[in-house]
Amino acid sequence: MNIALIGNQNCGKTTLFNRLTGSRQKVGNFPGVTVDVASGPLRGKKGFTIVDLPGVYSLSPYSNEEKVTRDYLFKSRPDCVINILDATNLNRNLYLTMQVLETQTPTIVALNMMDDVKANGMVIDIEKLSEYLGVVVVPISAAKNQGIEELIEHCVKVCLAKEKNTFKDRCEGPIHTAIHSISHLVETNAAKAGLPAKFSAIRIIENDAEIIEELRLAPNQVEIINHFVEDLEKALGTDRESAVVDMRYGNIEVICADVIKKYGDNKSQRRTDKIDKILTHKVFALPIFIGIMGLIFYITFGIVGKYATDGMSILMDMAGEGLKSLLVSLQVSDWLVGLVVDGIFAGISSVLSFLPTIIVLFLLLSIVEDTGYMARVAFIMDKLLRKIGLSGRSIVPMLIGFGCSVPAYMSTRTISSERDRKLTLLMVPFMSCNAKVPVYAIITMTFFQKYQALVMLFMYVLGIVVGILYALILQKTKFKGSSAPFVMELPPYRLPSGKTVIMYMWDKAKGFIVKAFTVILVASVAVWFLTNVSFTFSMVEDTGDSILAMISKWISPIFAPLGFGDWRLTTSLIAGLSAKEAVVSTLAILFNVTQAELPAALGGLMSPLQALSFLIFVSLYMPCLAAFATLRKEVKSTGYAVLAMALQTFIAYIVALVIYTFGLLVTL
Amino acid sequence: MTLDALQTGEKAKITKVEGEGSMRKRLLDMGLTPGTNITLFKKAPMGDPIEIVVRGYHLTLRISDARKIFVAKESAK
Repeated sequence: MNIALIGNQNCGKTTLFNRLTGSRQKVGNFPGVTVDVASGPLRGKKGFTIVDLPGVYSLSPYSNEEKVTRDYLFKSRPDCVINILDATNLNRNLYLTMQVLETQTPTIVALNMMDDVKANGMVIDIEKLSEYLGVVVVPISAAKNQGIEELIEHCVKVCLAKEKNTFKDRCEGPIHTAIHSISHLVETNAAKAGLPAKFSAIRIIENDAEIIEELRLAPNQVEIINHFVEDLEKALGTDRESAVVDMRYGNIEVICADVIKKYGDNKSQRRTDKIDKILTHKVFALPIFIGIMGLIFYITFGIVGKYATDGMSILMDMAGEGLKSLLVSLQVSDWLVGLVVDGIFAGISSVLSFLPTIIVLFLLLSIVEDTGYMARVAFIMDKLLRKIGLSGRSIVPMLIGFGCSVPAYMSTRTISSERDRKLTLLMVPFMSCNAKVPVYAIITMTFFQKYQALVMLFMYVLGIVVGILYALILQKTKFKGSSAPFVMELPPYRLPSGKTVIMYMWDKAKGFIVKAFTVILVASVAVWFLTNVSFTFSMVEDTGDSILAMISKWISPIFAPLGFGDWRLTTSLIAGLSAKEAVVSTLAILFNVTQAELPAALGGLMSPLQALSFLIFVSLYMPCLAAFATLRKEVKSTGYAVLAMALQTFIAYIVALVIYTFGLLVTL
Repeated sequence: MTLDALQTGEKAKITKVEGEGSMRKRLLDMGLTPGTNITLFKKAPMGDPIEIVVRGYHLTLRISDARKIFVAKESAK
């Protein structure tokens, strides 16, 4: 039995889902969309699965979330729907309920945030509400874990009884006439399409193109319908879409007027208004946002990055050494030791080294999201982001990109528009990540001692500028059309639920390990193989004889126009794909010097202009393989991810070429 | 007049929602229907988007979209 969980955004849906399922959730794939849908077994009951559908305000077929939720409801036809409402805002929440009830699917209404209702002194007549809606209404508080058992019991009952909801809307007048006439007219079509007739009629009047197509109306039917609709529009003095929306809200107004006995004092809203006086203040909003992001950054990449990640790598190094001496003592042959320790084990530790960052960052981000602050971020930053064709929501992933592309990609999940999300995904890797700093440091130290800070800053700015230009070009070509409608609720601030935060964090960490593991493992084994084996499949003493070196020698002429045709630089760029820091360590190995002596070795190899060109290429070319694996997971397409990487590398090439050529002309 | 012309704190009643397709439907779905009372609550620090109160909740939308919503100010009492 399938139970669909449906509700507005910010109404506590995910918290309820976690309460109903416990921890055994899995994330399902819906074809063609990047929206994730989680499902899990109903706690304590066998044979019931709950599907947590994306939070929506309506069932119109416009955004991806709406499409997923609507398709599930209209096509997969769940055995029962749990419609969760924020009881402190019945007025708007009931709008979705009206649409759910129109589908005639067996429904239970879970009236959430009843603790807030009580605290506000609001009084809702639940029995009367249930009478109006024709379904069971269960008062709950998902955050406080109240009413969940009753909800589960009712849910099982409704599922087994398969009772249709007995919702009778109180629609009168012309709209009523139109719905009835049209539902008679399309009765056969609706039955064939497996849709309720009245529901079909409402959707036809609403001009729902998808449903209209499914009904396969005959030309004469369309003509008659158009007459009905014209009459309706004339009689109401409004258009067809408004007529249906008005009908729903009209119903809601009648219900609310009778059911809400007392509105009380909306304390959470008043508290929110007070907080927003500061957080979205004309002057303070921006500094506060920068401060909060700075703090998150500092904790994640500063404190955790420094101690946890370093600690993890020390631990992994020790384990690696231990493994190595164990294998040596077992007299395993050298190449196998190398493969296991430097290939496989290095891959595992590279995956694990991302973990502390991901866990801490998403712990913090989910708190920011759950409190409702993220919506304010979008509110504050929208105007700026719109200039590059995005909405305010894209700012957070881009900022995280300065730390690491892997979690930055993962954080694009909160962007509800598919177009905006993909555009953001493509821009993220242009933000100079932490791992590139060692490369910047060594090159600027060698060539630009006087202007070290300035050149570093230039690299960051260049990344941002190129990223923005890229976004602007993409918009004119692949991502035509304006960014998604920005009509968004600013929900009241709420304390995040610990369980939701932990589940979210766990979900991110698990998702990363599971999906990225194979790719990173294969990649690091491949890199090990390429750097340690020659074309005759024998182990090499000198990396200069390895397959990688051979390939590098072969392709290095490509980089000659950019001023760095030396094969060793090419090798370091390829090695840098496993992790950007590897550019430096590989160069040290290839020049057979320690990292401290590297500047001297590089200084003899390149002119400052050539070094700058190399630096620009390093800063802009495709991100590391862990990032690739994450991107592939987020867009659910290998081809798309490969294309994105290829395009980015191409851009890096062009930019370096232009700047190098320009530099040559100027210095001539 | 349209919604964007309201001053912060001013109340008005929606008279007409223009625009087309998904954007208009979204505005209607969110409860911005003719006859509904709204208050312009706040403008974002950069002046756009705006925050309004409608049907008891807070909603933000861009000025370009607010221009499609026609309102009549409540006559001074």
